[in-house]
Amino acid sequence: MPRRDDIKKIMLIGSGPIVIGQAAEFDYSGVQACKVLLEEGYEVVLVNSNPATIMTDPEFATRTYVEPLLPGPVAAIIEKERPDALLPTLGGQTALNLAMDLSADGTLEKYGVELIGANRKAIIRAEDREVFRQVMNDAGIRIPWSVTVESVDEALAVLDSGDATLPAIIRPAFTMGGQGGGIAETREELISIVAKGVAASPIGQVLVEESVIGWGEFELEVMRDHKDNVVIICSIENLDPMGVHTGDSITIAPAQSLTDPVYQSLRDIAIKVIREVGVETGGSNVQFAVNPADGEIAVIEMNPRVSRSSALASKATGFPIAKMAAKLAVGYALEEIPNDITRATPAAFEPSIDYVVTKIPRFAFEKFPGAEHRLSTYMQSVGEVMAIGRTFRQSFSKALASRELDATTTVPASDDDLLEEIKIPTPERIDLIMAGLARGISVEAIHERTSIDPWFLRELASLALEEDGTEGMERIYSSVDTCAAEFEARTPYYYSSCEAPGSPTEVRRGNRPSVVILGAGPNRIGQGIEFDYCCVHAAMTVRDCGRDAVMVNCNPETVSTDYDTSDRLYFEPLTLEHVLAVCEVEKPEGVIVQFGGQTPLKLAQGLRDAGIPLLGTPVEAIDAAEDRGKFGALIDRLGIKPPPYGSAMSAEEAVEVAATVGYPLLVRPSFVLGGRAMEICYSGEDLDTYLKQHVQASPEHPLLLDRFLENAIEVDVDALCDGDEVKVAGIMQHVEEAGVHSGDSACVIPPMSIGDDMLEEIREATAAIALELGVIGLINIQFAIAEGGLYVIEANPRASRTVPFVSKAIGAPVAKLATRIMLGQKLADLDLPESNGSHVSVKEAVLPFSRFQGSDSVLGPEMKSTGEVIGIGPDFPTAFGKAQAAAGVALPDEGTVFISVTDTDKPAATQLAARFHDLGFKVVSTGGTAQAISRMGVPVETINKIAEGSPHVVDLIEDGRCDLVINTPTGSGARADGYEIRSTAIRHGIPSLTTMTGASAAVRAIGVSRNGPGEVYSLQELHAR
Amino acid sequence: MSGLSPGYILLEDGSRFDGLLCGDPEMSTVGEVVFNTAMTGYQEAVTDPSYAGQIITFTYPMIGNYGTSPAAMESSGAHARGVIMRDARNGTDAATAESGWLDWLAENRVVAITGVNTRALVRHIRDKGAMRGAILPAGIGQDEGVLRVTAEPTMAGSDFATQVSPDSPIEFDGDGIHVVALDTGIKASITSQLRQRGCRVTLLPSNSGPDAVLERDPDLIFLANGPGDPAAVAVVVDTVRELVGKKPMVGICLGHQLLCRAVGLETFKLPFGHRGSNHPVKDLETGVIEITSQNHGFAVLGPDGGQTIDEDEPVKWQTAFGEAVLSHINLYDRTVEGLRLPDAKAMTVQHHPEAGPGPRDSRHLFDRFLELAD
Repeated sequence: MPRRDDIKKIMLIGSGPIVIGQAAEFDYSGVQACKVLLEEGYEVVLVNSNPATIMTDPEFATRTYVEPLLPGPVAAIIEKERPDALLPTLGGQTALNLAMDLSADGTLEKYGVELIGANRKAIIRAEDREVFRQVMNDAGIRIPWSVTVESVDEALAVLDSGDATLPAIIRPAFTMGGQGGGIAETREELISIVAKGVAASPIGQVLVEESVIGWGEFELEVMRDHKDNVVIICSIENLDPMGVHTGDSITIAPAQSLTDPVYQSLRDIAIKVIREVGVETGGSNVQFAVNPADGEIAVIEMNPRVSRSSALASKATGFPIAKMAAKLAVGYALEEIPNDITRATPAAFEPSIDYVVTKIPRFAFEKFPGAEHRLSTYMQSVGEVMAIGRTFRQSFSKALASRELDATTTVPASDDDLLEEIKIPTPERIDLIMAGLARGISVEAIHERTSIDPWFLRELASLALEEDGTEGMERIYSSVDTCAAEFEARTPYYYSSCEAPGSPTEVRRGNRPSVVILGAGPNRIGQGIEFDYCCVHAAMTVRDCGRDAVMVNCNPETVSTDYDTSDRLYFEPLTLEHVLAVCEVEKPEGVIVQFGGQTPLKLAQGLRDAGIPLLGTPVEAIDAAEDRGKFGALIDRLGIKPPPYGSAMSAEEAVEVAATVGYPLLVRPSFVLGGRAMEICYSGEDLDTYLKQHVQASPEHPLLLDRFLENAIEVDVDALCDGDEVKVAGIMQHVEEAGVHSGDSACVIPPMSIGDDMLEEIREATAAIALELGVIGLINIQFAIAEGGLYVIEANPRASRTVPFVSKAIGAPVAKLATRIMLGQKLADLDLPESNGSHVSVKEAVLPFSRFQGSDSVLGPEMKSTGEVIGIGPDFPTAFGKAQAAAGVALPDEGTVFISVTDTDKPAATQLAARFHDLGFKVVSTGGTAQAISRMGVPVETINKIAEGSPHVVDLIEDGRCDLVINTPTGSGARADGYEIRSTAIRHGIPSLTTMTGASAAVRAIGVSRNGPGEVYSLQELHAR
Repeated sequence: MSGLSPGYILLEDGSRFDGLLCGDPEMSTVGEVVFNTAMTGYQEAVTDPSYAGQIITFTYPMIGNYGTSPAAMESSGAHARGVIMRDARNGTDAATAESGWLDWLAENRVVAITGVNTRALVRHIRDKGAMRGAILPAGIGQDEGVLRVTAEPTMAGSDFATQVSPDSPIEFDGDGIHVVALDTGIKASITSQLRQRGCRVTLLPSNSGPDAVLERDPDLIFLANGPGDPAAVAVVVDTVRELVGKKPMVGICLGHQLLCRAVGLETFKLPFGHRGSNHPVKDLETGVIEITSQNHGFAVLGPDGGQTIDEDEPVKWQTAFGEAVLSHINLYDRTVEGLRLPDAKAMTVQHHPEAGPGPRDSRHLFDRFLELAD
């Protein structure tokens, strides 16, 4: 049976905003699925609230809805679009859960929508721990045993009965991050840990579970078709043994340490698991623990959908799992689908690879001071790099080089201290191990403390002591071909490795000119999927303009590293050495460094020095924008003001400069990424504290001091410049207090409370700066409007994080237009619509605080969000309400609102309180605000400010007695309070608004929602208006 | 493990690939250079008698990762003449490892070379076909090397099966079906699969005549895997022809080719063979696809003389032994993978249902085999 003809329209659900554990890999899989389904002639209805995804570009679906991924809005879309089927397996856990909700609430049945890929029963059998356990037990598949107990006596009874054995893991029920649990090795430990655990658990219950910590961890990627043919796409071995989440583990493909019989046993079990769970078609992932002592195998879990691991497996083998999953879901069998890469053989096979793949996760603990640096069974990494090499050592050393770490790991001087430190899995552990091995510490000593398989440790030791074994060899490029060269590869997906001199390179470079696009490397906070989005657009445009698009990147999660995205993909570290080597082969017309964030920009000077032509904005302009002195002089020439600023080479000088610049001050070191170590100082005391705690100012690393414009409206502008002309693509007004990093701030297009004269002034200033800098392509400028004046905060002559949002809001592909300009076209020849007035778009940031135990979850000048959502509506309140809902902080329909505002906002706040009261909300407020509200005759409950002691507002939130926070803080104390209030609100998933613009929108949105759910409309409809 | 010394591979077309010899720096070898794409199971491969006369290039670069163990022996010793690797390992950390891989190779006098750009070598063989070649110490010049390579007979026309066959019968106890095998180089995994199903197994020298086989009173005659050109063992084909229909008969790999020749089909040399653990084989009668272990350089032509089977249904025709059915095909190149003679109660497959190494999807075929004897 080829494709199904009984379905015409298929709904696909994306994974929403980028969060830890669910990132760009679902854009990659979703894009593949969308492309396949459209090619097959189906109508595709896509729902995803994340504007920074390629899949939400209008050409990837028949209808694209950027609505919140919640049952209500999605049901409304189903009602409107009437899809025949829903494919829930390509949008991560979010899509799977949403599909289950729509199934449970009867929506799917009501509108006759069939779940394809995985049905309800299979999803339950895989996802419900208890059902899964039963299914596995019935099938005779070993899983770690576990017993629930409520007392020490009960625990001892199960121990004595033999139902439990030691060592065992004790996990208290319903505590955060396993708090109160532990590993019991002895009877005594069992008694004490169970006692503690029962006490820690709010329901007095603990799970006594078999300990497989220290066992080897493996994953198999499995695919099944409707004819019940099953194949294994890839095996993955975790370098970090059981106990570290696989997303946080260094992983290697294929498995290295397994004998053939043990591997075949895993394979047999994986096939049995997918059949028993009943995933009818598509990809699944099965995780195993293998006891290294005797080869005993236990199944840990299975995911009945494509996953982060399947994206990695696709990139590691060249086998496009998501694409195949989509084809299988619409009725094809594996044997009916050709292998993309060989084109001669069918997809019913198992890839064989002739290289080694290493994945290393990328962490962001430095962004979350106070968070415990410890890897555990829940994921904390924010991105990853992958590297391909012909040998383990080559692969691993390329992966280490790909990481782009900001800091080097401090290695303890004594071996004993080092050996003590590596007992705990941390992001830095691999560097400590490498340092220890280089120092001559034995493999056995490290194995004893880490349980890492000695095979890996011996390889690492030889890497540490003898480097990667490539001396005297030459770098060549080989293809990723799924078949270990048994058949010829048609797909231009390459990696470099070193081989004996005279070895042939496999790159097939035609005669067309090529343009090299440098990607953004691993996702991290401050440099996420938005930059990959721009790189993909650049590749599309380069191809459209008659050149070969050549992509260089090392991030396996992304669309940019899909071999379909470019004419040639080089999966390589973004280091000068590797990029120059690619240029040596490609002899490109030019290299694009504007789209991948800081990563490629850091290489710009080196590339230019090597004589490689750079397209777009010249290096000098980038430098002029980043150098405060040069940039200050430039805007001074143009008559544009910056906030008062200065810089200091020493702590003493900082104090002097502060006096002239004036408080409050924004202080930061000169070299920063994403606003690290940036703080607002209200007084000399604050500054002293900052200087002591954070930074050593020095002539090499001066300290920057800017006046902080209190109560300013912040504005972000993305504009295009061709050298002669400038067009503003989007002006975004922040809906967040000044001082919150623009990446963490909600913003709105068009601006809501900025007058026409000021907008014109912004446009003029943008044009003047872009032209004066000599920008060719994109520029992002941040402005502040304070006391009627316009100040320029900074200018970045490159693609910004907001480009995808602006593109979706205005309905024009800004990055594509920028690419055309970089390739020599003029703005006059390009079609950039003026933002139409028919709708309003709001972007909201999504924060990861709940992942980091013990971290001070405080928003400020340092960026901390991992992702973003968009809300589009006919008016600001509707769009704002949708954005909040999409970000997981839906505005409440009823309940208690907390209002505390700065003096200038008090008149507006009283109006606001009155409207909340009229909507039936209880109003709670502090001191001055409460008085003002009360004077208007609105009933209000007064509560303490934090400084006034408990019970105060934070207690109110902690106790779950507050549903909405409105807080516009000014001044040192209020600002500190504000951070704490907002952080508490975020932790509890309560919306928190910090500007009156946002607050007015919220009250209006709540009012509007009383009239029932609003209309849903697709991007295609919206931009056709 | 002794040190590494410079060496190279020389192919009969003059291509040269440099590397480092593992072990005895004076050792050299000549044979047919082939490649295997399996990522695990190196020891099983080298001890598989079907590799007699051949030098194996492993496409997976890291070979030797988990050492060697007696459980991985597919016969009493090594049969491959040499191994070519990208990055060989000699560790013994794995719990099952009794000795390091390179030490084991040295002990078994298998010539081994590492540090070779195996991918370039494999692409060359893929494009030009499997060919004779040598692993040589750097001290031996290319001219001398060419003489050695061309002195070796080509694989086409070579009878290696007789060489690996036992001199006298070997018997394994069992309470069940009596399987008598013509041992052209049987793998231990095959014997083990039969014995796990209770079979009593007798292995006979491959030149045993039909009477010698029937004398043993078999319930089932088994035609084993083995090395070399099926066309070069006409004696065994004659024996098989005598036996078809007299007793139920099953066969694997070379055994499959021998039965096919016995019923009138021809065999041909594949350009570079099928060697690996990932080949899809479709059962044309059930539609089921299995991922299989493969190791063969020759294949069977269809009844129309074609190298590929384009139908997606079993191909049926009449033979001297009644109806014949081509039951399986390889989905990579649509070559013949299985034969069934319903009237004569015979069936054979080209791939290796016993695995060892490789996937076990087809192990159920042993049950089907034994059903023929019921």
